[in-house]
Amino acid sequence: MYRYDSYDQSMVDARVEEFRDQVQRRLTGALTEDQFKPLRLMNGLYLQLHAYMLRIAIPYGTLSARQMRKLGEIAQKYDRGYGHFTTRQNLQYNWIKLADAPDILAELATIEMHAIQTSGNCIRNISSDQYAGVSADEVADPRPWAELLRQWSSFHPEFTYLPRKFKIAVIASDEDRAAMRLHDIGLKLVERHGAIGAEVYAGGGMGRTPMVAPLIRDFVPEDEIISYLEACLRVYNRYGRRDNKYKARIKILVHELGVEEYQRQVEEEFAHMRTLGLNPPVEELDRIRAFFAPPAYESDLTQDIDRSDPAFALWVDRQVATHKAAGYAIVNISLKPLSGIPGDASAEQIELVASLAEQYSLDEIRVTHAQNLVLPHVKKADLYAIWQKLDEAGLAEANLDLITDIIACPGLDYCALANARSIPLAQKIAQRFADAERQAELGELKLKISGCINACGHHHAGHIGILGVDRKGVENFQLLLGGSGADDASLGQITGPGFSEDGVIDAIEKVTDIYLAQREGDERFLDTYRRIGMKPFKEAIYG
Amino acid sequence: MVEFLSFRDGDAAQEPAVTVEAFTGQSNSTAVRIEAGEDARELLPHLDRLSLVEVNFPAFGDGRGYSAARILREAGYAGELRAVGDVLVDQIVAMRRCGFDSFHPAKPLDDEAVERALTRYADVYQKSVDGRAPIWAKRHPENIDG
Repeated sequence: MYRYDSYDQSMVDARVEEFRDQVQRRLTGALTEDQFKPLRLMNGLYLQLHAYMLRIAIPYGTLSARQMRKLGEIAQKYDRGYGHFTTRQNLQYNWIKLADAPDILAELATIEMHAIQTSGNCIRNISSDQYAGVSADEVADPRPWAELLRQWSSFHPEFTYLPRKFKIAVIASDEDRAAMRLHDIGLKLVERHGAIGAEVYAGGGMGRTPMVAPLIRDFVPEDEIISYLEACLRVYNRYGRRDNKYKARIKILVHELGVEEYQRQVEEEFAHMRTLGLNPPVEELDRIRAFFAPPAYESDLTQDIDRSDPAFALWVDRQVATHKAAGYAIVNISLKPLSGIPGDASAEQIELVASLAEQYSLDEIRVTHAQNLVLPHVKKADLYAIWQKLDEAGLAEANLDLITDIIACPGLDYCALANARSIPLAQKIAQRFADAERQAELGELKLKISGCINACGHHHAGHIGILGVDRKGVENFQLLLGGSGADDASLGQITGPGFSEDGVIDAIEKVTDIYLAQREGDERFLDTYRRIGMKPFKEAIYG
Repeated sequence: MVEFLSFRDGDAAQEPAVTVEAFTGQSNSTAVRIEAGEDARELLPHLDRLSLVEVNFPAFGDGRGYSAARILREAGYAGELRAVGDVLVDQIVAMRRCGFDSFHPAKPLDDEAVERALTRYADVYQKSVDGRAPIWAKRHPENIDG
């Protein structure tokens, strides 16, 4: 894990004091809400329907046990005893008092955390693969790059007032677990002639105009990545649209210019940028890499898992992934209990995961973009003990990537932008498909719900996606099929006219029936959809 | 409150700035004003006869002027670079880092707030055109020339 040095700490401490000063000026009335708004937004503080929401950055989704514990304490002390893990691997508190926000940031600073650039038209928290460093299929751990980019993007002098928000993901495997191509810029680390560099994708995103990012450069060497990104961002900052906030993301610029023209402009700017000495020396990346060196794994560990408890065996089959070190496993902790709120965790659950990480996972936790948690370094011999503790805390749901592992935005229950409620719909779908055998029969089926067109719930990337809209004052739900945020990225297509809340659940049931009737061999839902197309599904739903 | 802020030695340029179009036409003017959306690179062939470039910020959230400023400094422009328009105290530090050395905000700034903003952060993460050594350079002094 990366640790702050005195430079990093002093940046974060200065930010806390700056924000304390700004909040003080707001509380005394020296700043109006209009003047305060852009300031608080640069620090992740939103005014929502019922209260302030504070979004905490979890850089590339990696946390230590100490950090996790503090997040639970803050939930207990300043919120209503829970926090919400988001699709950008961050954490949100939904019930914050303005006067408390500076104290919360001060507490976060003591554990090397912050809320810097978790909102605003700037470069947001860098996201990454939740299996970084522990999956066998990566060419390198992507997190040192992500940390390098975190520092580079923090308080960037030129790119803090971009046309719109800017999201970057870094991965290093062929299997994409971070929806990399649905980011404004996606980096995929690759090896060429023994050297590590990045494939760069630009102009992906969801929102009201979803796009899968095209490749714009097949290799940027590691010692030039900063100057290359400066070139990408400068072209965007200068020419991205500012006349219409719905057309202001980089995807629209890339689309309107055309990929080749955007590439040409970036290359021209890059030729200039690389002469300016903007790149840290490789020693800086090496310094950061040292923090992510593989831990001292024990050897001669047992490979066997005692599967005599059937509920445990079921959980192992669903939630445990292959670790690169023999005798170890990756544990996925579901934050999708059938009657819960996707991504929510209570202070007690957060504390439990922190102590499990301490005791069993070499002090590390990951947050996934699917709003689940990961213990990345678990001995196979410890799996049963962990499962028992998770089970007692209501965290042993075995539904990873199944139909009830739903991504949902906060929706109209919290969000000022939403048109429809996402959470109750997610809960009803989970109840309808609660039967474990039925879920297993349906297999991998990623269902994602957004409560408005801004697509925070990634509905475009769902094998089944749901978009809540407002139709003459009534909540209405559109159904999409065939999206994917993985390495086979694609955008879902709308089936047709929308439904009521119950109606959309019935429609999903019909869709899954068609899949079960039509699938061949080991096909996933998505594969069957891609083979047979929309028509049979449409006929079943509307026929 | 302060209506004009300069970090340059000597007097500020007084000549009224003309538009980019007028300037690149055939004017003898030594002062030009760039509007958001205009290409700062059009000025590059003429830098040696310029003593003032004003960059207008129509709204504080319109960040094109930061790129315009940096482009001019990267090309070696050493004259006065003035931010005008919707320039707020919370933007001064970033503007200084992009090469602005004078400010004429639409609304006067609070001097103390400016002072606090300018001294709040001891260090910076990026190399820019203000000559400040970024944190990575301080971490690896042996690898950095000069």
